Amino acid sequence: MSPPPSDSTPHISNGSDAPDTSPAGSFEAELAKAGANVRSRRGMAVFLARRYPLGGVGLAIVLLFIFVAVFAPYITSHDPLSTNPAISLGAPSAASPMGTDFMGRDLFSRVVYGARTSLAVAFGATLLGVLFGVLIGLASGYLGGWVDLTTQRFIDMLQALPTLILAMAMAAALGPSLVNTIIAIAIPKLPSIARVIRANTLSLREMPFVEAARAMGMSEMRIALRHILPNTLAPLIVLATAGLGTAILVEASLSFLGLGVPEPHPSWGRMLSESAAEYVRTAPWLVIFPGLAITLAVFGTNLLGDALRDLLDPRQRTSN
Amino acid sequence: MDSAIQDKAAGGTQPAAAKAVLEVEGLKTYFFVRQGVVKAVDDISFSLAAGEKLAIVGESGCGKSMTALSILRLVPDPPGRIVAGSVRLDGRDLLTLSDADMRRIRGNQISMIFQEPMTSLNPVWSIGNQISEALMLHQNLSRQDAFDKSVEMLKLVKIPEPARRAREYPHQLSGGMRQRAMTAMALACNPHVLLADEPTTALDVTIQAQILDLILELQERLGTAVVLITHDLGVVAETAQRVIVMYGGKKVEEAPVVELFEAPLHPYTQGLLAAVPHLAAMSGLAPAQSRLKEIPGIVPALVNLPKGCTFAPRCPFASDVCRNEFPPYETKQPGHSVACWHADALLGGRHA
Repeated sequence: MSPPPSDSTPHISNGSDAPDTSPAGSFEAELAKAGANVRSRRGMAVFLARRYPLGGVGLAIVLLFIFVAVFAPYITSHDPLSTNPAISLGAPSAASPMGTDFMGRDLFSRVVYGARTSLAVAFGATLLGVLFGVLIGLASGYLGGWVDLTTQRFIDMLQALPTLILAMAMAAALGPSLVNTIIAIAIPKLPSIARVIRANTLSLREMPFVEAARAMGMSEMRIALRHILPNTLAPLIVLATAGLGTAILVEASLSFLGLGVPEPHPSWGRMLSESAAEYVRTAPWLVIFPGLAITLAVFGTNLLGDALRDLLDPRQRTSN
Repeated sequence: MDSAIQDKAAGGTQPAAAKAVLEVEGLKTYFFVRQGVVKAVDDISFSLAAGEKLAIVGESGCGKSMTALSILRLVPDPPGRIVAGSVRLDGRDLLTLSDADMRRIRGNQISMIFQEPMTSLNPVWSIGNQISEALMLHQNLSRQDAFDKSVEMLKLVKIPEPARRAREYPHQLSGGMRQRAMTAMALACNPHVLLADEPTTALDVTIQAQILDLILELQERLGTAVVLITHDLGVVAETAQRVIVMYGGKKVEEAPVVELFEAPLHPYTQGLLAAVPHLAAMSGLAPAQSRLKEIPGIVPALVNLPKGCTFAPRCPFASDVCRNEFPPYETKQPGHSVACWHADALLGGRHA
């Protein structure tokens, strides 16, 4: 960040192969920092990781969880469901690095397989929520009139209940299963997504480029989907990634309350609930490790969401 | 009632063989608002020959832009509605077409350039992508062909490095560049008619001249007829062959450009021309008039137009008949028609 030497002639390198002999080395540093001269995909990745270090950490965490979820059977040799009363409530050891629970199941395996449940619910609920939230918000904002009026009252109804309460009510009504948990978590997501998309659509539909598109002969459907929707993408992606964390939390809460993903799927939330009351003093690892998994996953998705918001602003896109 | 005159007016400066591509007749676009009926476009008629350059001039709010939007059937509805008239493109009445048919006309046979190049392009798509979209929509080109054609169009509007620029986003282009890109998009499908709604208003003066030159050059090269909407009489003098002067939603005068500047018949046109600063007078080379002339009064609110001639309250020649009845359009000279009760006296006065 140091200012260039005052006696040097300003010289902007275009990053060509010719070595830069001018005394404007600090310009080079500045340019490198600004991401000039990044040509390769790998160079871009390195640049982005430097520019958004927290986002890089977030992405690494999310990728780690995805990796763990996908390759669960290769990561742990224990079956997360097999019980062994002989080693019930075993402390962390070489054989089971996170200890065992009251039924003698290997906790490490259960945390690893729990990533599958958590991520399936988080991504599933987010996708579902985004899909319907965008549909509702776009229709509501673009069409206006009675469509807007009725959908917004429906959204008001959903928003009147706190996320967890609504998810609980939905989960209780639908009954425990993986798919129902996803639906139950997706529904409370609708209001925030629909509201943001609607607000953006309301201002975007008055933009001159919408009228220009109309004057070019575009249909209303095409204008809404191709010209308005992409302009709402940046806030949508931030909402969606931040929502991943919430979804993981809500899933854990539902499972903690016994309304979430049923047995035999291992769920971080249910692991907590099974052990929190009885074993938290005698076998704290039963609470610490699933709790850490939840915290880390939520932390990672939130960091990633923030970095994506900065990155996806089209004004920061370069031409290559 | 004035169509006969219109036909004559259209034939005034154009060779008689030139066929009209666009004929607007008795077009009325009204807005129905709480305060009453706003007659934004009131009984406008004109015709446009193939390859012709027509200018529509008038103050803000006189209905110039609404005329253009009415031709494309893009009047915001509600509250606006085209209540009467016809718009014929190559003999086909656009006002009776289905919405789907109308969409096939827009951007394909009639396209429009807007005032705001900064916001008339979608910020999230590259320039080439946006031009390609129109081509894919109207010309059924493949993505690759459409993109190649877009690059060609960008080259045509003299954007340097068109292949690279086509991949850039609107924010990476200057205002003038964006208006060039808009022009490229509007002309991509080789329309018969180009409606340019104050295409240079938002640009600075040197760029204005470039863009006008470009539009004119392409217009001649591609044989597109242009309707140039502007409030800038300098632009009119440079570009148009024929001029329509609008006031209060109505057409008050129509004439070949030279005649309009040399012998305006309507008191409003005369007032407008008197209000244009002259370089010679300003620099002291010509006998100086110390102040620019102005038209007294203000533009009447369209919702509460005066009875009779809309210009009467501001007109130095207004008489009782002006305040009671809107004058008929009459052809005073070949191709030169005017709606003024006193046009004969004004004409006579000049020629005497």
